[in-house]
Amino acid sequence: MTEIREVSVDELRHLVSERALEGDTMLLNMGPQHPSTHGVLRLLLELDGEIVVSCVPDIGFLHTGVEKNMEAKTYQKAEVMTDRLDYLNPLGNNLTYCLAVEKLCEIDVPPRAQAIRVILAELTRLNSHLLWLGTSGLDLAAMSIFLYCMREREKILDIFEMVSGQRMMTTYIRPGGLWRDVPVEFEDAVSQFIDAFPRELDKYHALLDTNELFIERTRGISIITRDECVAYGITGPILRASGMAYDLRKALPYSGYEQYDFNIPTRTEGDIYARYAVRMDEMAESLKIIRQALNKLPFGPVRSNKRKFVPPPRSEIGTSMEALIHHFKLWTEGFSAPPGSVYVATESPRGELGVFLESDGGPKPYRVHFRTPTFANLQIMPILTRGHFVADVVAAIGSIDIVLGDADR
Amino acid sequence: MGVRSMDEKLQLAVNAARDRFAASVQEFRGEVTLITPAESIVELMRTLRDEFGFDQLVDVTAVDYFPRQTPRFHVVYHVRVLAKSLVLCVRVPLDGNAPRLSTVEGVYPGANWYEREVYDMFGITFTGHSDMRRIIMPQDWQGHPLRKDYPLGYEEVQYTFNFDQISVRKPHPKE
Repeated sequence: MTEIREVSVDELRHLVSERALEGDTMLLNMGPQHPSTHGVLRLLLELDGEIVVSCVPDIGFLHTGVEKNMEAKTYQKAEVMTDRLDYLNPLGNNLTYCLAVEKLCEIDVPPRAQAIRVILAELTRLNSHLLWLGTSGLDLAAMSIFLYCMREREKILDIFEMVSGQRMMTTYIRPGGLWRDVPVEFEDAVSQFIDAFPRELDKYHALLDTNELFIERTRGISIITRDECVAYGITGPILRASGMAYDLRKALPYSGYEQYDFNIPTRTEGDIYARYAVRMDEMAESLKIIRQALNKLPFGPVRSNKRKFVPPPRSEIGTSMEALIHHFKLWTEGFSAPPGSVYVATESPRGELGVFLESDGGPKPYRVHFRTPTFANLQIMPILTRGHFVADVVAAIGSIDIVLGDADR
Repeated sequence: MGVRSMDEKLQLAVNAARDRFAASVQEFRGEVTLITPAESIVELMRTLRDEFGFDQLVDVTAVDYFPRQTPRFHVVYHVRVLAKSLVLCVRVPLDGNAPRLSTVEGVYPGANWYEREVYDMFGITFTGHSDMRRIIMPQDWQGHPLRKDYPLGYEEVQYTFNFDQISVRKPHPKE
């Protein structure tokens, strides 16, 4: 195999209409480098004039073999790869992976660690939604919203940096708890942010809600029905914008979400504007959750005491022989998980993020699979774009809120 | 294996699968897994969807047990009742190096991309699938990366001018 084979239209014959083969309609590549594809997504569009007849998404440009790589690392070390999947939801990915390891090994998590996890997961959701709002607004030529969103997002990243030392690739949540307790300034920084943020949110509403251009580009465009969403396994804001109040934080509560009082925002229209409205309301709900969690943040340890799985605190290593041995064993050999497989799902900003983890009894995961929301949600691109203008394809991509690192893994 | 403290609706579905499709049941950490023969997968999925309300296909993936176990592959499906958040795992053991399995695309349209990914990563062909192409790796890629006999890294980079020399000393199966 020395020659490079090119993919011809013949192989895609079953995905385009008859007219494309006769040259009646035009086949046009959009991406992988188009600015509206937010990464590297290629769409093969079949166009009749300016109307999209069919759309064939092509993904995989950002494939990094995360699942394969994780099979060769111990459970603790493999976690580092999870940040790199969905780079707008690093703490959510850490959380999902850790929940899976904890379920497999039956590790308990102290209440303080659970509450901090919830605060950070919701901050990550705000971070992700802000970037989505900025960039998808930018796609529709709303320039100023992008700058406002990036400014607020920076404050969230500062909080991440304060707790973990990293702005994005945090690996802060660990199996059995957290890397270490949050610094003393954390509570002040978060409460300052959530006090100031509602005014910013009002600003975003004022910029877009009644903006004639924005409404024209989003109302009634790319409609998907509730039944189609269920059939295609669509989750997250897209499902909720089509009228189904399904949120894993309510349906299968994890990390103590059942203690907090919040609503699931829904819309019934199923168009781009509905998805925008759902995400905007979700930001307000996230603020509610953060405020509740912060107000009753318990004191206590942030790491489980199960020493066969969770490393001892640094302070004990100097005085306790057992702690030193555990530390050494856990960071060289790792821990052996009991054989079996588990599936754990959490609500990421884009939908259901699931981890399928199988162990063969050794110190490395035998198989890790990520059920990522972007991968599932991108599948409906042909439905969303059929019969719309090329310009609406840009709006439709924005409304799915894609992260290609999440889709390609 | 005893199935205790299971939700009533899940219990009904599991019983039906056991009686009608000769599926065996496993439980681990509160998760219920059905192991079912490959011939009955489409009918089982249709029954689960139509009679027991498993309306969402959450995920399709596979596990390779080479060289420890035969059958070599397990294809793993997760289905869910959205209204009650019940998750059921269905496993299909498949033997051989290039196995084939019927697609469940006709029952759950969303299976399309998941099955393409399983084909791409494990080389399991889904018969009756509407678009059986690779999805993540390039269309002309050789081998299936998530198989256990596919090497992980530390490989010399193959360019067009040295592709053949490197291919000769590569450890992966070449049939």
